[in-house]
Amino acid sequence: MRKDQTLGEFLRSQGVSRRGFLKYCSATASLMALPPSAVAQVAEALATARRPSVIWLSFQECTGCTESLTRSHAPTVESLIFDAISLDYHHTLQAAAGHGAEAAREAAMEENKGKYLLVVDGSIPAGNNGYSTIAGISNYDMLIDTAKDAFAIVAVGTCAAFGGLPQASPNPTGAVSVSDIITDKPIINVSGCPPIPVVITGVLAHFLTFGTIPALDALGRPAAFFGQNIHDRCYRRPFYERGEFAETFDDEGARKGWCLYKLGCKGPTTYNACATLKWNQGASFPIQSGHGCIGCSEPSFWDKGGFYDPISAGNWGSRDALLGAAAAGAALGVGSALAARARKRKAQAQEEA
Amino acid sequence: MSALDAIPVNAEVATGNVEPLLHEIRHALKRLAKGEEGTVIDLKRLPLAPGEEERIEATLGVGEVRAEVDALGPTEIQETSYPGVWLITHRNAEEIIVARFIEVTYMPELLKSQQADVESGINRLESELADSNNT
Repeated sequence: MRKDQTLGEFLRSQGVSRRGFLKYCSATASLMALPPSAVAQVAEALATARRPSVIWLSFQECTGCTESLTRSHAPTVESLIFDAISLDYHHTLQAAAGHGAEAAREAAMEENKGKYLLVVDGSIPAGNNGYSTIAGISNYDMLIDTAKDAFAIVAVGTCAAFGGLPQASPNPTGAVSVSDIITDKPIINVSGCPPIPVVITGVLAHFLTFGTIPALDALGRPAAFFGQNIHDRCYRRPFYERGEFAETFDDEGARKGWCLYKLGCKGPTTYNACATLKWNQGASFPIQSGHGCIGCSEPSFWDKGGFYDPISAGNWGSRDALLGAAAAGAALGVGSALAARARKRKAQAQEEA
Repeated sequence: MSALDAIPVNAEVATGNVEPLLHEIRHALKRLAKGEEGTVIDLKRLPLAPGEEERIEATLGVGEVRAEVDALGPTEIQETSYPGVWLITHRNAEEIIVARFIEVTYMPELLKSQQADVESGINRLESELADSNNT
């Protein structure tokens, strides 16, 4: 797509009929979690949208977010979102490296001053700039330099949004999130480890369509995708209401698809769209596959106690703290946590046997 | 039977969302019959348990009209056994479902020839006729 073309002109030049365009708009509206009644508005906006420049920076990350995005169920409809943006820098995907690549980034920044979208995945090591560098430039310096003329920043993944795994105790690199450093730009946090790919494309589609950032929740996440918790949208919720819980991963309750709350499911405290958008072309999501939600789109999820301890156990962290609390006679929740530990030990013993 | 089928998992789960959705369709049909606007329901937005989407499809059944639109991948448009209720499934070129809607309308918009395509067709036909007159 040429930079001077509108998206409507580009699609027509590719032989896409008005019918095809309407289908594209329906899928895009669905992607953005807009009501179907908004399709006409989306069509009008997309027809005249121009190709925005996107610069993607990868810092302390595992490339899972980029993997998630590039495996989003794409050809045709969604891939057109990517044809419709100008991805001017992404050092994992581009062939160029080193000073030449950095020159391309600087040229894109200059050409699109104040208008480009900056996407960041990975946290930034604040403890020592030398922990992570690209072409000899520290992550911190590259973020400051690239953010200054950006229209807005999309922090993709829990690492960029909240610090993520690199920030997990004892946080050896002093990892911080984008919003810990940049305070004068709109930041959209698309959290998740990794985020759901269609949520990433949905945010890009929103920017492409309306040239604005979507409505955000209190943690800076797009409300359309993070407005409700997993638990409220979970198809196993009726079992929770009836108090029907799986106690182990292979008991009768597990086989009947009962609620995974006692097995540590973090759905009640996790805000994300997994229960409706699902993963792998909408095939399933962790709870549907029989495993509780680990809360990966929430801040500090890695440090909030065991993945297999129920939420009612609280964030106890170490075994000593857990036993201390139990000795103090505290709470049904702690009892549940101990029971969970006991179940885990029993399961491990059975496996070893 | 595959090895996976042999695992005795029997998840008979219901969200309770199927009946309300069917009522929503009934209300939309009544509005349509009264001359009011049609309704579009995005099936991706609703939490459904495994098998519930199939239950909705089975309840709605298959009607008289079925069409396939070939634009950016195939789109199936199926009128259900309830006239005015259409199931629309958009797939991409790899046949993966990218969006699924229930449309309550007399004629889904996608089935109609579009103004811009009609105009482009006129140009092509005129050009074709001009070419054949010149030869």
